[in-house]
Amino acid sequence: MSYFIDRRLNARHKSAVNRQRFLDRYRTHIKRSVEEAVNRRSITDLERGEKVSIPARDISEPVFQHGPGGERTIVSPGNREFVEGDRLRRPAGGGGGGAGEGSASDQGEGMDEFAFSLTREEFLEFVFDGLELPHLERKQLVDLEEVHPVRAGISRDGVPSRINIVRSMREAQARRIAMRAPIRRALREAIEALETEERKDPVLRNPSRVTELKAEIERLEKRLESVPFIDTYDLRYNHLVNQPQPSNKAVMFCIMDVSGSMTQSHKDIAKRFFLLLYLFLERNYEKVELVFVRHHTAAKEVDEEEFFYSRETGGTIVSSALTLVDEIIAKRYPAAQWNLYVAQASDGDNWDDDSTTCRQLLVKSLMPRLQYYTYVEITPHAHQALWEEYESVQDDFPERFAMRQIVEAGDIYPVFRELFRRRAEA
Amino acid sequence: MTQRTPIATGSDWNFETLTDYEHEIARLADEYRLDTYPNQIEIITSEQMMDAYASVGMPVGYHHWSFGKQFLSVEQAYRRGQMGLAYELVINSDPCIAYLMEENTLMMQVLVMAHACYGHNSFFKGNYLFRTWTDASAIVDYLVFARKYVAECEERYGVGAVEQLLDACHALQNYGVDRYKRPSPISAEEEARRQTEREEYLQSQVNMLWRTIPLSQALDTPLAENDEDPLGLHQQGRYPEEPQENLLYFIEKNAPLLAPWQREIVRIVRKLAQYFYPQRQTQVMNEGWATFWHYTLMNRLFEDGLVDEGLILEFLQSHTAVVNQPGFDSPHYSGINPYALGFAMFSDIRRICEAPTDEDREWFPDIAGSDWLETLHFAMRNFKDESFVQQFLSPKVIRDLKLFSLVDDDSEELLSIEAIHDERGYQRVREALSLQYALSVREPNIQVWKADIRGDRSLTLHHVQDRRRPLAKSVYPVMRHLHHLWGFPVKLASLEGGDIVRRYQWPLPDKASEK
Repeated sequence: MSYFIDRRLNARHKSAVNRQRFLDRYRTHIKRSVEEAVNRRSITDLERGEKVSIPARDISEPVFQHGPGGERTIVSPGNREFVEGDRLRRPAGGGGGGAGEGSASDQGEGMDEFAFSLTREEFLEFVFDGLELPHLERKQLVDLEEVHPVRAGISRDGVPSRINIVRSMREAQARRIAMRAPIRRALREAIEALETEERKDPVLRNPSRVTELKAEIERLEKRLESVPFIDTYDLRYNHLVNQPQPSNKAVMFCIMDVSGSMTQSHKDIAKRFFLLLYLFLERNYEKVELVFVRHHTAAKEVDEEEFFYSRETGGTIVSSALTLVDEIIAKRYPAAQWNLYVAQASDGDNWDDDSTTCRQLLVKSLMPRLQYYTYVEITPHAHQALWEEYESVQDDFPERFAMRQIVEAGDIYPVFRELFRRRAEA
Repeated sequence: MTQRTPIATGSDWNFETLTDYEHEIARLADEYRLDTYPNQIEIITSEQMMDAYASVGMPVGYHHWSFGKQFLSVEQAYRRGQMGLAYELVINSDPCIAYLMEENTLMMQVLVMAHACYGHNSFFKGNYLFRTWTDASAIVDYLVFARKYVAECEERYGVGAVEQLLDACHALQNYGVDRYKRPSPISAEEEARRQTEREEYLQSQVNMLWRTIPLSQALDTPLAENDEDPLGLHQQGRYPEEPQENLLYFIEKNAPLLAPWQREIVRIVRKLAQYFYPQRQTQVMNEGWATFWHYTLMNRLFEDGLVDEGLILEFLQSHTAVVNQPGFDSPHYSGINPYALGFAMFSDIRRICEAPTDEDREWFPDIAGSDWLETLHFAMRNFKDESFVQQFLSPKVIRDLKLFSLVDDDSEELLSIEAIHDERGYQRVREALSLQYALSVREPNIQVWKADIRGDRSLTLHHVQDRRRPLAKSVYPVMRHLHHLWGFPVKLASLEGGDIVRRYQWPLPDKASEK
């Protein structure tokens, strides 16, 4: 006897828990491998998952086995030229390749690396593990458009899909008991009265009373039956209320220099840095707004597509971008309501004298309102005026201003981690 | 030539055609007296197949990272196209669950039904090892019980603690089997009912064993002349009196520090190891039997005109790939292919019965010319790989596969060819191949020798070396796991001809002295 079952629609990912357990257990190994991967490949590839490999010996499941040595007999197929009594040299390379293979004891020694794929989600989780926006504050809770439905007990009204069956049935039962009890009592009394009446001597019996009682019993039984099993009155609904969610509103300004002094490789590095930042924010903060600003001699607010993928050339005036940011903040992101972040990437080139303007803009206008300002300078050369001016800004705001230098692509990820690592203090 | 009226043509399948084919296969199987459990054939997706794979084919299982690892490697291999998923997976249960992947072609589905639902299934039901060691009707329930119990423990004692315990148990699971004694059948209901009872009972037994105050009878025994042990407390007989082969059983019953729930988990791992024990010993037979039957049944379907030429050609191509045996020097060689060897042997038994040569009459006087179906069933029922090879490996199969036996002795400079496929060699090749499948030779022979119940509570194991083969380096991590279970120092001695040649212990001696 046989029967078929179509299981295709059943839950898949039955192994999801085991898979997660594995990833958790080898967290440090996987992280190391992920870091290598991030440094190795272009950040645009981050959208994909990643093949990760960790040393097989670290994750082996040991069992008692025979080791090399001693004497063993191996039967193998495919003999061609051997005859009994032939003596042959051991094949070179660890314990005799051809010889060892036939024996089951060598199982498990397999490959040196255990390779597997992480999904994109898992991969990014490892990439951004332990990172956060520093100095995030709960600014204002007035703008509470975000609500979250929360169970808030039981109510008498609601939509049918929220009927709470257990509670409704309990109510119904209680009601039935309550409504039937007096009827039952009256019924019992009537029956008793009828019985007493009937026990009496037939002479003494009052026939009209008997009829009356019988009618009464019948009436009561009908009433008992007519108590409904469930009534609209019994229905109870799960009650949901919309609870306002406090949100930490934040905006990240990404400023990139696209002037002519930035070589293609500089721009590439800057883009990769921002892409990393973008992925990080997009992933971790639903409520983070992103503002992309690119500048040469003039600054322009652009969308992310243009920010990452279009090219421009020209001279460099950094303050143009800072002024634009300042304006945007004033117009759209009042500092009282928003956590403000700025990340800037440049090669350090700037128009003469403009660097001083930048410092003043920062110190006077921007920095007091910002949560955090990061500056990455992409240059293998000596620093120029902008770096020095920024250093003095850093001295003024050591907590909230961070600057790093990136020389080559391999620095991006370490610098990024350093800038956004989770801080112990609140 | 018969008029062909195939049930279906092309490579697409649907449930009606599968049911019709299943019906026909069942009819033919009945003709060949294949006795099977009822079949529960489940159609699943490739993803679900990977899930099933990762949990060693069990429909349910407790959670453990090693299954996740398994899953990841299967997934990786599959995604990169290194490996086709096995198109069949069959579980020794009653009803017998077989998985068919939806991606399979019609031919593949029919082949899998013949192979798994009638081949493997009848093997599970008929072979003596499975009959003795596993209880097909109880396994699924028991797995559900195990999963639930482990999950409860995780909730109560933490995932970490349970995971560590399972790691340790898994390391020893090949030694969680009663090799010589028939185990009592498992039953989930019974397990659940008795489990509380057992917890208490077990604990009390352990407490008895580890009582620190000597029993009065200890005082009755004559005092030994020993300054270090004036009361003769250590003079009692060795415990256990006989060496114990089932390490996990010994631990479950005797480990001094395990909590009752830990003992129960040891028991679960042990019971599951017991369930898989026959599979490890009958790979060649099991696959050979299933392959033989899918080959026979598919050909019958063709002869009866129920499949078309296209399907049978596709089948023959697939079948040839399955029973392909690359030579030892081929880059594709990875040991003897159990499908190839098993199929060759079963087919050869049929040949010996139907058309015996003089050689066969000399080698197999009992079966040459006998009823082939009867003989085949007899072979399937009463042997395991080791004895099956020993009994039925014919000179013809040795010649066909060109088997040769080679001795690798590390005290000799050169390897030597001991026997090849010639008149002088048949017997020795057969012996050697049989030994190669003997579990007792494949796995180191390790037994519990002594638990020092009156002294430092250390546990001593003895490893009896087989032809001077030492233990692999993995011995240390395994000892660490064993120590984790036992709670006190564990020692292991390798013996060669009765003399101890190597000692291992955990914790490592220098570590111990630091403490």
